[in-house]
Order: sequence, then C-alpha cells, then structure tokens
Amino acid sequence: MRRLLGRLLVGILAASLVGLGLSAETIKLTVTARAVRGGVNSLLVQWLEDVVFPAFEKWMKEQGKDVEVEFIQFGGTDEALKEQYALDLKVGRGADIMGFDGFWIPEFDAAGLVKPLDEIVGPEVWEWEDWKYIPPSMREILGYKGKVYGLPLGTDVRVIFYRKDIFEKAGIIPAGSGIRWQPRSWEELLNTARYLKKVLPDVIPLQINAGTQMGEATTMQGWFMVLLGTGIHMYDFDSGKWYAKHPGILEALNFYKTVYIDEKLGDARTQLIPGARARTFELFRDGKIAMLVEGDWFWRSVLAPGSEWAVPNRNEVVDWAMMPAKEPGAGYRGQNFVTISGGTGFILNPNTKHPEEAWALMRFAFSREMQLEFQKLQPRIRARTDVPVTGDPVMSEMAKALLPLTTVRPMLPGYPKISYEAQLMTERVVAGVMTPEEAMEAYAEAIKEIVGPENVIEE
Amino acid sequence: MAFLAPALLFIGVFLLFPFIWVLIISFTDTALTGPSAANPSFVGLENYYRLFNASRWMRAGEFGNALRNTLFFVLGSAILGQAPLGLAIALAFHRKKGLVRELVFSVATMAWILPDVAVAFAWIAFLDRDFGTLNAVLGAFGAKAIDWYFEKPLVAITLFNIWRGTAFSMLLFSAALGNIPPSYWETAEVAGANAWQRFRDIILPLILPHFLTDLILITLWTFNTFTPYLITGGGPFFRSETVSMYTYRVAFKFLEFGRGAAVAVVMMAINLVLATGYLLSLRRGRAWR
Repeated sequence: MRRLLGRLLVGILAASLVGLGLSAETIKLTVTARAVRGGVNSLLVQWLEDVVFPAFEKWMKEQGKDVEVEFIQFGGTDEALKEQYALDLKVGRGADIMGFDGFWIPEFDAAGLVKPLDEIVGPEVWEWEDWKYIPPSMREILGYKGKVYGLPLGTDVRVIFYRKDIFEKAGIIPAGSGIRWQPRSWEELLNTARYLKKVLPDVIPLQINAGTQMGEATTMQGWFMVLLGTGIHMYDFDSGKWYAKHPGILEALNFYKTVYIDEKLGDARTQLIPGARARTFELFRDGKIAMLVEGDWFWRSVLAPGSEWAVPNRNEVVDWAMMPAKEPGAGYRGQNFVTISGGTGFILNPNTKHPEEAWALMRFAFSREMQLEFQKLQPRIRARTDVPVTGDPVMSEMAKALLPLTTVRPMLPGYPKISYEAQLMTERVVAGVMTPEEAMEAYAEAIKEIVGPENVIEE
Repeated sequence: MAFLAPALLFIGVFLLFPFIWVLIISFTDTALTGPSAANPSFVGLENYYRLFNASRWMRAGEFGNALRNTLFFVLGSAILGQAPLGLAIALAFHRKKGLVRELVFSVATMAWILPDVAVAFAWIAFLDRDFGTLNAVLGAFGAKAIDWYFEKPLVAITLFNIWRGTAFSMLLFSAALGNIPPSYWETAEVAGANAWQRFRDIILPLILPHFLTDLILITLWTFNTFTPYLITGGGPFFRSETVSMYTYRVAFKFLEFGRGAAVAVVMMAINLVLATGYLLSLRRGRAWR
C-alpha cells in the first residue's frame, strides 16, 4: 500500500514537472483598464478581446511565440483604479499594460512608480516606424518632462450636451426645423435653463458637475468649463503659479451658486450622493436632464449603443453646443467659447516580466490597422494622424470646432491634490455651507499648504 | 520565561512592531505617490497640527467634524440603541421557550453575521428615496417620503448599526440572565416581589458587570466600524463621516500614509482612553459588590 502511494506521488510530481515545463513556454500578458463588457467603456473591451488579442496571438504564433493575453476588467471609479495602481506598482506587481489617465503620470513618476517606455523596453522603442504618425501633442498626453510613458487612445473635448426632444417640447427649437441651439454667454445659457424650469418643472434644466463625489469629472467638466469662461485657468503657465484668489474664481463660484442654490436650475442632490456620475448619466438617458456639460466620451461611449446608458435614437434626440464664456470675448485667451482636453491611454508596467512582448502588444494595438478597427466601433479623435475620425459626423464636427480652442491641465505632481481642493470648493458652495467668498478663502488656504505660499497668485 | 517566548515574539512582531511603525511614520510625510514618496522626510508634529488646526477644526471634512459625528453615532447606535434593545429582547424572552423566541433570536443573529457588502446593498435599497422599502411603508401610512441618505445620513447609519449589532448584546444578556440561579426566582415569588422589584433587586446587580463588558465591546466596535462607509460614503458633504472613514479618506485619497498614520495614532489613543475608563469602572463595580 505504502509503495503504491509512493509511486503515485512520484507520478504526480513528474506529471506536474512536465506541466510546468510546457506552460513555461507560453508567455502570459495581462492588460487592465476601467472597462467592463456591457458596462463602462464596453467598446474598449470588445475591441481588445474580440479584435486585438486574437490577431496579436496569431501574429506572435507566426513568429514561433506562444503568447496568451488576458484583459482584467475593472468596474470601479477612476479614483479607485488609481489607488489600486499605486498599491500594485509599489509592491512590484500589477498588469503588464495598464489603462492610465495622462494627468496621473507626474504624481506617479515623482514617486518612481512608473517609467518611460525607453527605460522599460530599451532604446529600441524608438525604432518603431509608426512614431511619425503620432504627433508631439499626442505623445505629451502620457508624457512628462519630455519623456513618453505610453500611447494615448486619443484626446477629447468638452461641450454642453442637450436633449433636442426636451428643447422641442419646451418650444425653444421648432420641431423638425433643424435649428441648433448655441448660447453666446452665461446669461443666455441661464435664461434657457430658467425658461425650461418654468415650462417643464419636472425636468432638471442644467447639470454642471460639482463636488468631490464626481472626482476629476468635476474639475474637468465642471470647474474648468466655468472658470475658463471668466478668462483665467487654474494655473498661470507664464509665471508657473496657481491662482489662489482671483475675481474669476469668485465669478465662477457665483455661477454655481446661481445654478444650484439661488435659482435651483440644477439639482445639487444629484451631485452630492454616492454614485453621482452614474446617476446623471441615468437621468440624461431617461430625459430628466435637459443640459449636461460633459466630454465627448459621453457621446461616443456613455450614450452609444450597447452601453448601460445607451440612448437608442441618440442622433435624433441629443445634440451639443459649445460652452460660452461669461460674455463674448471674456473667456480664456480672449475666447468666445471654452473647452479643455485630457486623454487616457495605456502605459507599460515597469515591473513587467516580458517587456519585449508587452511592447509588441502595445505597438500592435496602436497600429493603423487595429486603430481603424477601433474607429469602426467607436469613432473619435485618435492619436494617429493617419486614422481620421470617420463614420460619426458629430465627433468630427466637435473636433473641428473645439480642438483649436482647447487647453490642458498643468502636468505637475501637485495637480491632483489641487484639483481635489477645487472640487471641494464647488461642493461647499452647492451644498450651501459656504459663501463663494468663504469657499475661495478655504481653497487659497489649502493650496498654499500644498504648493507653498510662494507658488500662488492672490489678486 | 522561555515558555512565554513564542507568545511574546508573536505579540512583538504582529502588535508592537506595527504600532511603533505607525507611530514613526506619523511624524513623516510618507506617501505612495508624489515627490515625498521617493524621499520621505521628518515633518515633526505637522500631521498632528493639521489634524487639530483650531481655525478649521469643525469645518465639514475636518477631524473635529468627524469626531462629532462619531460621538453621535456611538452614543445613538451602541449606548442608546444596541445595549438597551439587546437587554429588552433578552428580558422579554427570559425563561420562555417557543417559536417566537427562536424566530426573533435567529433574525437578530442573522443581521449580525451577514457579510458587510451584502448588508450594505440591502440597506441602500431599503432607504432609497424613490423606491426604498421604508419609504413605501411610511407612504402607506400617509407619511411623506424621507430622503434618508441626503437629509438624515447620520440617523440612517445609526439605525443601520442598531439593526446590525443588537444581536451581540442580546446574546450576551440572555446568557447572563440564564446564569442567575433559579432559586432566586422562587424566593422572589415567595416574597411576592413584582416585576420591577425583581428587575431592580435581582437582575440589575447580577448583570451589571456584564453590562459594562457589553458597553466596552460595542463602543469600541462601533467607534471603529467601517461598514457605514459602504452605504453613505461619509456623505453627503461629510455629514455622516465618522473617524474611521476620515482615516481612510486621509490615508487613501492621496495615499498620504504619514497623515493617515497620525489619525490612526489619535484613534488608538481614544480607544485606549475608552477601554481604560470602562475597565476601571468594571473594577470599581466589583469592589463595590
């Protein structure tokens, strides 16, 4: 009996050794991003799992390499993903390729958690001939201090999305006229909202992001879009200092106060409850919000067919308008209209055990052929100059109108903390616990603690 | 001494060392991201100063605000909620058997042992403004729907915690009551004592030490519990943010472990004061008897 057991053990041991030997030849790569099939960024999962990975595995096989790629879906918020990345990278783990928001790079780089592509793979990164189709402005999205950390899926712009069906019902646009709505100043925007509130009391006229629940979506789709309309940015690129106190900040906060407190043109509750962003998507989908300031991601991913918040007849019932400055010519750089851009993409994990294959996968996914495949699923502004925005006139139109007007966030390690303070400042105003003056005072105090009093502007 | 070595080593490695480590990093600007992650430096008492900065201590999102919320939460849910309710249930079914007792005990215990996440989801649904069960029930009686999470977030998590934790007090008191010798009841009956007299002269003195034990445990648990975060996230506008949520937010929002450690040290100190206070009164209670 004992002998039998011994033989069995040897057998198992031998079999597992053979098994190990075999599996060692298969290289396993993992990719992760905030994307879930049938949920958030569903099209990204479809593109990667159904198109890119099988084609890549086949291509590698032709070169005599067994590679298996797995996508790890992440369904939490951007903030939760960032936290996960920081923890993963700190302990030397994490997926080989990570979906990354460009503005996280400086903060992660300062901590030594991420590395430029050529430090991970080696100088041969620059031998890729397709770099010539990726212009410097696109390389900067996942770049910092002249180094490139990854490749962006594209860039974006921000606009006011409005429900045409609601506007027609309220009589703002004559039905079937094809006339498009475009406010020229804050007053015109607010007047539209006021009129909607009067005619259709069940609809929330205007939702502009505020508060910490929305995270970076508040800073980008809310705070920046209002603040840029007063003529300033959060950061003065010439002097390298942050605006701590400025009449523009007060004007922007007063705009929030008008919308959420004084006239209740927007619903503050929707901004402050947990899951605020998903809630606004839901309300817009159900025709309960008339105007929502969002990025083009909202059009091409959130409202798109197959998404959780899909609007089936999107092209008939949703339209967009540019965000006006306070008054014509009063916006940032003297503009009439304002917008801001960011971008997400993929970076290589410095801890990857297969830098060569991981870089091969990145290159493959960002090849013209694969990007065109993605364009079929989700037309947008891509990183490659040889991949045009095709198939969606709305996307091309937004890009054409707004890319010349756009600006970006300062790529600095301190930015995320200051961004949070800006979110908190709007929250204090829309929750009605502070006046705009008090909120600005608290903001100034906080950012002086973050960057030091010598790095702020107080006017 | 050699006999104790393994135990001491265990305590040293898993208790003493982490404690000292937390204490040390609370005086630094250690973080996971940003410039100070690569080169953490000693910042003295700055983290503590920011915690107790008098000019904004009670502002929403600051430590004082979280401490006040915690005080309400612990008083309301543990001391005024769980302990008396648990005692009431134990007394109601004292020396009784039957289906009702089994049912009540099972349901209460179930609330106590279910996993946090499942329970949190159930409560989110239960208290929802538009579709929640509670508002539906209240509505049936003609009451106006209450926006629990937005208007009464602290009351909501307090109710939740009473529901969640009463089982412990109930089981503890029921065991304590079961330990009272039956001869006491017989004597009381012969002497013609009424219910109140029985409670005052027999039950109360005999379960008093248990009462203190119960209070120590549930106060500490409630003070440190994190489950309500899954329901309200501390919001809206920090109105239901307790100290444990504050610690989490400070430590993990920007992964600033130095600041997080400072909060943790203060929390430990508060826990220590609470525990010491109870233990002393427990000892005094014994001496008095």
